[in-house]
Amino acid sequence: MKVPYPIFRTEDLCAYYGDFMAIKHVTVSIPEHQVTAVMGPSGCGKTTFIRCLNRLHELLPGARITGKIYLRDEDILELDPIIVRRRVGMVFQRPNPFPTMTIYENVLAGYKLLGIRLKREEADRIVEDALRKAALWDEVKDVLHRRGTFLSGGQQQRLCIARALAVNPEVLLMDEPTSALDPKATLQIENLIVELKNTVTIVIVTHNMPQAGRISDYTAFFYMGELIEFGPTAEVFTNPKDPRTEEYLTGKFS
Amino acid sequence: MRNQDPRKTPFPARENWRRMKNRIILTVITVLALLPAIPLFLILFQLLKEGLSSLSLDFFLHLPAPPGEPGGGGIANALVGTLIIVGLAVLIGVPVSILAGIYLSEYGRHGKLSETIRVCADVLQGVPSIVIGIVAYAWVVKPMGHFSALSGSVALALMMIPVVVRTTEEVLRLVPDILREAALALGVPYWRTVLKVVLPTGMVGVSTGILIAVARIAGETAPLLFTAFGNQFLTLNPLEPMSALPLVIFNYAMSPYEDWWRQAWGASLVLVFMVLGLNIVSRILARKIAGEK
Repeated sequence: MKVPYPIFRTEDLCAYYGDFMAIKHVTVSIPEHQVTAVMGPSGCGKTTFIRCLNRLHELLPGARITGKIYLRDEDILELDPIIVRRRVGMVFQRPNPFPTMTIYENVLAGYKLLGIRLKREEADRIVEDALRKAALWDEVKDVLHRRGTFLSGGQQQRLCIARALAVNPEVLLMDEPTSALDPKATLQIENLIVELKNTVTIVIVTHNMPQAGRISDYTAFFYMGELIEFGPTAEVFTNPKDPRTEEYLTGKFS
Repeated sequence: MRNQDPRKTPFPARENWRRMKNRIILTVITVLALLPAIPLFLILFQLLKEGLSSLSLDFFLHLPAPPGEPGGGGIANALVGTLIIVGLAVLIGVPVSILAGIYLSEYGRHGKLSETIRVCADVLQGVPSIVIGIVAYAWVVKPMGHFSALSGSVALALMMIPVVVRTTEEVLRLVPDILREAALALGVPYWRTVLKVVLPTGMVGVSTGILIAVARIAGETAPLLFTAFGNQFLTLNPLEPMSALPLVIFNYAMSPYEDWWRQAWGASLVLVFMVLGLNIVSRILARKIAGEK
């Protein structure tokens, strides 16, 4: 299906773990400044799919990717993965702030770890900006120089979002970012996602159907490594074209 | 008879005997478990009994005196020598070991080369220390033409390398993969991820490994016998022969003079407490890692 302003476009994308084909011939366009939910039963390749988009997939031994992935008009498989990952940020299933760093340093990790030196005022501005975007500033502004691991799970996850946003990515990939969080923290992150789409395109893997319904504009439904259905969330949810999507949505399998 | 009061067992006498047996066996096992600790306390007791009398400020600050001289001299040269020789061994051995540990954990985890390195490290760890000393003699002392602290440090470094390599590898493997991925997803190259995320996260563990290795080599005598050799005078020059605590103990204990024997006891006491201290510090560090998880 065609989307108005695609930021990502894959063509015949296949991903392998050794001989096992985890993603099968996926061709899809992901619209800019929208939230795209990637759904499907366990083991269907959702996570593998988004890990192709920032080329984390190929880090596993024996893993490889074929086909094309265009970020705007560049094939990211031809680019240096390091450049790709600076343009395409990622938030993981479990909050993973760096335990040796303070909150302040965690937000700046994208600069510090690369050895980029920032002026004091600039660093302060980036930290405040990213933490505000991640809706965490008010809670941590007085404890910026404490370890990030002292925060609650939900706060840690927002810290990770701030860390990803601090380097100004074009796309933010989220791999079940709320599955390790309690309902209140989940709600906070959901609200945040909806707000963030003005500044960044979001692709989110989720198991949680109501969540996808609340926050996503588009939904991609994967089954056994194939992209079965893609379209505006409202349409996919109310009027699925493929019987497998319908079965999944009505809870016949998960 | 199943429907009786469940709190009452059908055969109370047998039950009591069972409880008794349990208690007897528990006592026997506890006593046996204490056995391995007894030698340590006997050693400490013996050391304190024989060595405490020779401990004084002078003992730490003075140089050795000829036998029979009042005051008896001290072991300042050996203390300084041990610090320098062990310090140099750390400088030589630790960087190599950490890099090798990083390779084993982060780069070649399952490769043939890694397996080979692991086997070599294990074998090196099993080489008798006297052989290490002879090898250091052939490699360093012969070409230099004389004994030196440096050659002793090389021998000790060879002894600590396998320990530090393996602990570094194991500790770095415990660093969760999600931290590596977090850094990589920010566009950080792998080598920077390893140096700035993985290594700092595992640093406490790596330090523990180094301390354990230092505690192990600090008391080694055989590798120093024909390398550092010993020296009656205080020297800070690592290219000269140098004294060390184990060498002093060896030489004094072998001597025919009674006041030197006392000095040997004193030096033993100092050495054992140094090693004990290192072990305790490394335990505290290890507990700190366990607490972080």
